[in-house]
Amino acid sequence: MKISVIITLKKDVLDPQGKVIHQTLDGMGFEDVNEVRQGKYFEIDTKETDNDKAKTKVEEMCKKLLANLVIENYKIIDPK
Amino acid sequence: MKSSVITFPGSNCDRDMDVALKKFGFKNKMVWHADAELPKSDLVVLPGGFSYGDYLRCGSMASKSKIMQSVINFANSGGMVMGICNGFQILVEAGLVPGVLLRNKYLEFICKNVFVKINDKKNKYFKNVDNEVLEFHIAHNEGNYFCTNDQLKEIEDNNQIAINYCNENGKIEDQFNPNGSIKNIAGIFNKEKNVLGMMPHPERMIDTSLSGEDGSLFFKNLINNLK
Repeated sequence: MKISVIITLKKDVLDPQGKVIHQTLDGMGFEDVNEVRQGKYFEIDTKETDNDKAKTKVEEMCKKLLANLVIENYKIIDPK
Repeated sequence: MKSSVITFPGSNCDRDMDVALKKFGFKNKMVWHADAELPKSDLVVLPGGFSYGDYLRCGSMASKSKIMQSVINFANSGGMVMGICNGFQILVEAGLVPGVLLRNKYLEFICKNVFVKINDKKNKYFKNVDNEVLEFHIAHNEGNYFCTNDQLKEIEDNNQIAINYCNENGKIEDQFNPNGSIKNIAGIFNKEKNVLGMMPHPERMIDTSLSGEDGSLFFKNLINNLK
């Protein structure tokens, strides 16, 4: 089963890369952009076949390694 | 005094640290990250470098390596653990000191000498250092210290800030902040002050013909404090 995880920076954390991307988009003529925040995306292929169990395991992975909860939030995308 | 320097895949300041520790009297051992046991040590050092290629987040992989459980146990039982640069990043990822290190504010790798002001001398790292300001070297891409407001309050209440970026006269101002760190923080202790994480490299300032002498002051003082 493949489970996807999206990690984003928390609201108050400075994201200089997102800022530079925003400025570049601005320079390219995409002037309507309010803000850009850069994040991370993971696809985890697990042997677990039970949806709930797999999600619980991935949540543990997020808390222990994939995300740093001081600065990041994680979102597990339901495998369907 | 016995010290141990942990080498992770991608560490590159481990040998400099070995040279520095030996120069000032430590009997140092190099310890591989995949070992389970720490040799008997009075000081454990996590050196600078780019452990695991800085994948995921700097220090995140190294913080889960086998030796780290022993390092964490050693720190929790009061043992002296010092993390320099990438070692500092490993300490925050291991939860031994609070906060995180973000990408530098202006997205540049910074490599230069800086001045730092010692904020607290009631600890074994800086006790008896005569100077208030030291000149150290920094070389990092992710040294922008960040923590939550609650954490910052706790850090300040417990006097856990070790050193702040400043000018040569010890003035702590925004213009002397190289990387955007909150409150110009360059180094921080755990609550008990036996664990120190800092971005600057004292081991690069131990030879007058190459650099400066302020690292020598730091190490000479450290070994005396541990005796």
